[in-house]
Amino acid sequence: MKRLFPWAVLLVFASVPLWLNDPYLLNAFITTGVFIVAAMSLNLLLGYTGQLSLGHVAFFGIGAYTSALVSLGFDVELLFGIRVVHEPWPVWSGFIIGTLVAGLFGYLVGKLSFRVRDAYFVIVSISFAEVTRLVALNWVELTQGPLALTSIPPLTLGLPGIGYFDFYSKQSNYYLVLGVLVISYVIISRLVKSRIGRAMVALKENESLAVSVGIDVTRYLVLAAVISAGMAGAAGSLYAHYLKIIDPDVFLFLYTITMVIMVVTGGKGTLAGPIVGGLIFGFIPVIARSFAAPEVQWILYGAFMILILFVLPQGIVPAIEKWFGVSNEADEARQNTPSSAKTQDAS
Amino acid sequence: MVEFGQHIINMLILGSTYALLGIGLTLIFGIMRIVNFAHGELYAFGAYFVYLAAMMLGINFFIALLLAIVAGCLMGALIEVTLLRPMRNADIDTTMLVMIGAMIIMQNTEQFIWGGVGKSVNTPFPQAPLQVGPFFLSWLSLFVFFAALGLIGATYLLINRTKLGKAMRATFQDRDTASLMGVNVQAIYMATFAIGSALAAAAGALLGAVYVITPQMGNLAALKSFAIVILGGLGSIGGATIGGFILALAEEMGAGYVSSGYRDAMGFLIIIAVLLFRPTGLFARKERIG
Repeated sequence: MKRLFPWAVLLVFASVPLWLNDPYLLNAFITTGVFIVAAMSLNLLLGYTGQLSLGHVAFFGIGAYTSALVSLGFDVELLFGIRVVHEPWPVWSGFIIGTLVAGLFGYLVGKLSFRVRDAYFVIVSISFAEVTRLVALNWVELTQGPLALTSIPPLTLGLPGIGYFDFYSKQSNYYLVLGVLVISYVIISRLVKSRIGRAMVALKENESLAVSVGIDVTRYLVLAAVISAGMAGAAGSLYAHYLKIIDPDVFLFLYTITMVIMVVTGGKGTLAGPIVGGLIFGFIPVIARSFAAPEVQWILYGAFMILILFVLPQGIVPAIEKWFGVSNEADEARQNTPSSAKTQDAS
Repeated sequence: MVEFGQHIINMLILGSTYALLGIGLTLIFGIMRIVNFAHGELYAFGAYFVYLAAMMLGINFFIALLLAIVAGCLMGALIEVTLLRPMRNADIDTTMLVMIGAMIIMQNTEQFIWGGVGKSVNTPFPQAPLQVGPFFLSWLSLFVFFAALGLIGATYLLINRTKLGKAMRATFQDRDTASLMGVNVQAIYMATFAIGSALAAAAGALLGAVYVITPQMGNLAALKSFAIVILGGLGSIGGATIGGFILALAEEMGAGYVSSGYRDAMGFLIIIAVLLFRPTGLFARKERIG
């Protein structure tokens, strides 16, 4: 029964475009799916290694911009009159390059910023995201600045001789996002159950103890940052090619907050947490927009987040598991070592 | 050269209010270990309060400023009692998320009440600028500068010369020992958050009269305050004061000589550079307060 549950959920979601014809709701499903992928990538850092990155939107935006620029082409003049001209490449290569470039930034940021912890790490990560936002806003020659990159082509798959398929319709984008979501889920679940995942959890629970048994802290944290950033970049790329327009607002702090709320509400450090949290916060605006102005929706978001932190600090998924007595090995490990073990201060 | 001098004058005025913001945050972060994302919203709260009092209720501008500081103090105490006191034993990430929730609620409430269009405050100062040699400065800016310096001095005296200040410093050094010595730690936390919030509201009240007041003004203010605290070192009032001026200098020079679009990037680049190369801040020999 328990083994079949994820398959049943997948089957339900795979059937959605068959009976749902409302384009607005289908659009909500697609953007929610993109943000769930981003939230799952954030969960790898926040939930499994315990590092709260509040600059996660940077990787999402870098993936979106890189992917869009690779498929659109660009012509910029760098310092000393060096001119870089890039002819448009096939869109699928944009997706791959966007993912890789985001991962590369994850490596650089991780390598530099994991020297500091807790509050300081959070502040470095926000600073990085704000700098990328200002670059996207001000490097007009490359990014069009506030005018936005427009006419981004849809993602295309295909082989010469067999034919091409482009993800233009909402239905096809739905399945594309669902596919990426499933792949991301499998990657993360494999990863956290492996030796690497156990090392990450060990770091979260007690860093000095983990170091003393020979776990290379920086190596594992950077590895988590690279995978997490690459996954966020892939989500950003999907977002860009689905919306077909991207502007510097994609780097807004509020998007990071949205991802964090999804992870914290669903349950950080659980596989299903970002999905549950993502569905809740993906569809609150759909329900609330009929009676509440956008700022009232945000007030509700904020209040809901505080409420969750007060009432269910571990999130919804662990609470449900506890309620029904469902518990697997990883959860038991988590419950045996309460988060109060994390007593290191920001110093 | 004249242009350079003008940048320096602007830097002094901006820096004095940044210093207020930084001191408020360094007290809260240093003593309570709270990463206060709502700090910028208290700054915006101060600005809107002056607008409400001076422009809508017709109260004298100077009295409106004082009222804004008192209101910021009360608002801070309210946040502390309702949101932070129940979470006293939670880890630093959890309280940070609670404060992010508070930030979202406060900012969108401002947006809801006041709308997105910027508001400006009329002041009793003459519009004509004051000319000193080749430089121009407004009477209002001059007032802002000296008012901010006065508040910085008052805070310094409060921390270093009063019994409350002594208790705050003791709590900063060792909460448990301070508690054993009879310090009411709960009351100290509330006082710290209230004073820090009042300083943020004061900065907003003063700068709100100089610039346009918008619901988004708090966003960057919170992040800039973190930059100042990181520059000056945790818990150091002197460090936060100098940090405020350094940030203002970097912004003025960045906007004047690099590109005005990257003005706000300066603070973030400073944060990244300082944390990577000198994580304890530029001035702190070790963690202390005062």
